[in-house]
Amino acid sequence: MDAIEDKRAIISRLKKDMLLWQGFRPPEIHQKRMGLGPVERAFPNGVFPTGSVHEFISMSREDAAASSGFIGSLLASLMQHGGVCLWISTAMVLFPPSVKAFGVEQPDRILFVRMNREKDALWAMEEALKCSGITAVIAELHGLDFMQSRRLQLAVEKSRVTGFVLRHHPHTIDATACTARWRIRPISSHLENGMPGMGFPRWEVELLKVRNGNPGKWQIEWSAEGFVPITGEARPRVPLQRDRKIG
Amino acid sequence: MKKRFASLWFPHLTTDWLTIRRPALQHLPFVFATPVYGRMVISAANSPAEAQGVAKGMVVADAKAFLPSLEVVDERPGLAGKLLKAIGYWCVRFTPVVAMDEPDGLIMDISGCAHLWGGECGYLKLIVTRLRERGYDTRMAIADTIGTAWAVARYGKVTPIIESGNQLESLMPLPPSALRLAEDTVERLHKLGLKTIGSFATMPRSALRRRFGDGLLLRLGQAVGYEEEFILPLKPIAPYEERLPCLEPISTDKGIEIALQKLLDALCKRLSGEGKGLREAILKCHRLDGRTEQISIGTSRATANVPHIFKLFALKVPQIEPALGIELFILEAAKVEDADPVQEAMWSRKTGLENTEVAELLDRLKSRDSSCEIVRYLPEEHYWPERSITAASSITEKPASNWQLDRPRPTRLLAVPEPITVAAPIPDYPPMLFRYKGEVYPIKKADGPERIEREWWMDEGEHRDYYAVEDDKGRRYWLYRSGHYGDDRLDKWFLHGFFA
Repeated sequence: MDAIEDKRAIISRLKKDMLLWQGFRPPEIHQKRMGLGPVERAFPNGVFPTGSVHEFISMSREDAAASSGFIGSLLASLMQHGGVCLWISTAMVLFPPSVKAFGVEQPDRILFVRMNREKDALWAMEEALKCSGITAVIAELHGLDFMQSRRLQLAVEKSRVTGFVLRHHPHTIDATACTARWRIRPISSHLENGMPGMGFPRWEVELLKVRNGNPGKWQIEWSAEGFVPITGEARPRVPLQRDRKIG
Repeated sequence: MKKRFASLWFPHLTTDWLTIRRPALQHLPFVFATPVYGRMVISAANSPAEAQGVAKGMVVADAKAFLPSLEVVDERPGLAGKLLKAIGYWCVRFTPVVAMDEPDGLIMDISGCAHLWGGECGYLKLIVTRLRERGYDTRMAIADTIGTAWAVARYGKVTPIIESGNQLESLMPLPPSALRLAEDTVERLHKLGLKTIGSFATMPRSALRRRFGDGLLLRLGQAVGYEEEFILPLKPIAPYEERLPCLEPISTDKGIEIALQKLLDALCKRLSGEGKGLREAILKCHRLDGRTEQISIGTSRATANVPHIFKLFALKVPQIEPALGIELFILEAAKVEDADPVQEAMWSRKTGLENTEVAELLDRLKSRDSSCEIVRYLPEEHYWPERSITAASSITEKPASNWQLDRPRPTRLLAVPEPITVAAPIPDYPPMLFRYKGEVYPIKKADGPERIEREWWMDEGEHRDYYAVEDDKGRRYWLYRSGHYGDDRLDKWFLHGFFA
């Protein structure tokens, strides 16, 4: 029996070491949660990994709008202490006043960078991720291959900047070195007692890939208090290949 | 810092010079004379001659008539200018900025210099006594403006040092010619009985302009300090430029980078020593075949940080075509601004827009692709969505008003609204469905209308009634109808944005 216990201890220690090598840090005591609820539990140690690159897939403009809203709410907690964020794209589309509704106190602290070519946008993202004076970098791109994502990941590991890659209509979805691959889709909002009008935005948040975590699918609502998981009419579905670690 | 100027006046510049050369002339009346239309006219008279009534501009024959002992010396053209220049260079020991004020004076910018000689009083005394010891009759005055210093040096009777801000009071009792006016203006002022500056300085500007033209107002403004006045220093301020000649022509990237590093070290050392930073820099490479290659960079704030500027240049070094080789490198700081290096070091750990790292990152992005746009948006007090944000003019500009939260705004706003066709049951109700690019979107939930009027003082057109709608799949849109119902126009409904 002792031998088995020993082996378990060794394996858990090795797992922790691996997490460290892959850029995950053990949760600090005063580390703030993102308030994502059950979504956050899908990540290793149950903490949303800041200081890494996240990939968002959107197949339509509606998805892109929902993804920007979701990123906006993440930015709100990242930029709380007067941080600056860089939004890189090849065509300017985010409407800055809207992120105020997702909790970003000063949308004027977002610097919008419009590059003419996607190659330059990718280069700009890598440069920005190397700069530790910045809190988060968002880039809107189409393509991202393994090599490029690896470069971004390496830049991030040194500077601890959080990167978001928003991919519209990706040509191919290959393996990337990003920590997580998300897909955010809008779903019908809900108002109590059949009141007329539109409710708080609701999204289906799908984690297609999480490094060392458990992919899954959740439905959440962005309300005045922050994220609220929807449990009533739609229970979170158990992903099919739960035990398969991807990425 | 408050500017202070000194004006030096040499009433007998050329005659004093001759007296120094020939001391025997010291107590004899003599004049310089030059032929004008066949007559000898006095161009300068020494003080004994002036005491006897001889003045500049008289005909020599007239002067000789009442002062037969008058000595006449031929005028030497260009002498006054030469003397002024020499005295000006001598004065550089008192201040670096000395300018000639032809025909018989000097202007010195003494801001921040006088305290080195124990205050303005001691400073003034020292200069005047040193010049008088050499034999030059000198008058000097110090004031906030060139105009007042000039006037007081020539016409002042009370005190040569005018306290800061007292220009107008000190000018009041002086005659109008103290303002460096054109001769006919002075004559006209005298004709009208305006014998002192005080008698017309308080008159309405429009009346003065009508009678005497802009010249008088300009001179008055310059003397009092409303108008700027610039001087051309004798010793030009050295431009921020470094040169590096090479023994052997350089034709490799590595060689260019070494040269660049050397030039930057020298330039930035000088800049930071003077508390300045560069905003634009140009590297010129003179090739063996006589052509010049050049690359330039710009920074978003004044900096003298060598590694940062080097990085910006390094991105462009491959653009240089060395051909046979480069024999001379010139680094020029085209635009230099004040920077505070001490403070930068103190606050370098700051996160936020003031962080130097962020500014340096933006410089790098800009130098990679000069056509890239970097903008920050500030809220504007307009309801019209396109006008509700405006690009900030600088990286640290603060928003003048708060970001609005009370109205729903889409995360994605289309730059140009796209026309859609809708089916609406009742006017002013949200539509039942809309058709966009061949697809039908049945509407399940809707909010609105939110009417946004056009700002008629800015542009003309219809108002907009905005609806936030959600279709059966939960996709949320921002639609609007342009204008009222009733017209038979088809393209009245538009899609303007996507909600999260």
